[in-house]
Amino acid sequence: MTVATELELQSFVLLRLSERRFAVSANQIAELVAPSRVFRFPHRTPKLEGVILRRGRIVPVCDVSEMLLGKRLTSRRFYLIALRNYGKQKEWVAMPVTGECELINAEMIAAVESDAPHVAGWLSHDGDVIEVLNLDALTPGPERLLAEGATSQRPEARP
Amino acid sequence: MRLAAPAKVSPAKTEQIILFRVSGQMFAISSASVQEVRSADSMSGAAVEISAPGLRKVRHVLRRGDRSLFIVNGAMHFGLHVAEGTLLFVLRKTRTALLIDGIEKMATMTRLQALPLSFCHEERQWYRGLTALDQTVVPVVHPEGFLSPEELALLDEALLQADKTVTQDLEGTDSAQ
Repeated sequence: MTVATELELQSFVLLRLSERRFAVSANQIAELVAPSRVFRFPHRTPKLEGVILRRGRIVPVCDVSEMLLGKRLTSRRFYLIALRNYGKQKEWVAMPVTGECELINAEMIAAVESDAPHVAGWLSHDGDVIEVLNLDALTPGPERLLAEGATSQRPEARP
Repeated sequence: MRLAAPAKVSPAKTEQIILFRVSGQMFAISSASVQEVRSADSMSGAAVEISAPGLRKVRHVLRRGDRSLFIVNGAMHFGLHVAEGTLLFVLRKTRTALLIDGIEKMATMTRLQALPLSFCHEERQWYRGLTALDQTVVPVVHPEGFLSPEELALLDEALLQADKTVTQDLEGTDSAQ
């Protein structure tokens, strides 16, 4: 392997949602933790279940499975805590995942215009082609609210 | 050898809060924001019905001199299962009286964490932030977040209409007599 090709390899964390695997850039991952109590309170942001307490921090729990699989997870074994960018600010977001995660080195092929906004790129691993997730597009935030614009309906409150 | 002066330790900034329930859900509010706590029954005689289009959470208004206090049903505001509130919080420096189920306890809040930026809808107006108390996370409400300026304008308009109707009714009665 030449030095040039080595440099193109990046680290990714592979996560499992039901039967499918997805990848997130490893430098966005904080930790993988066992499920803990989710504290729920009224709000109107879709996909947010509530918050968990982790190391004294309050971390929002965002279920991305519905967007990625079209259904909610029936079993969740861990929360993958990732860093999500909000402009210059970064915050933790916990995503429920089905199985254990794996750290790999792979070369990412950048997404093209026709790919969904939540796809940052693609990688090949173990004979599978795996989506690399763009968490900023996948999880809610003020910029998504702006993008949703006036066409979206007012969501129901979710206690 | 001179010893360095000990660093001044500033006491942690704390805030007294009232934990209260609305439709089974616990919230917190700064005790400094609550001007009065009244039984809802004690206010029933003084409250006047009001109806602003598209604003179901306010059904009554309290007149206090030239001030009007709009009674906001907490359950409806938060989109919770509607229950009959038993207590009213008259909120300081606002025109809101909040109808709640009951007070849980008083507590001291040592840390208020900003609402995570993932929460990006109306809840950003509702809450000042979140606090962890006894291994539980409680949202701390914003006293001014119960009625937006637009909602207050709607309510003032409804109040004006209601006053006009009363005046016209009285004039009608006078002329009939």
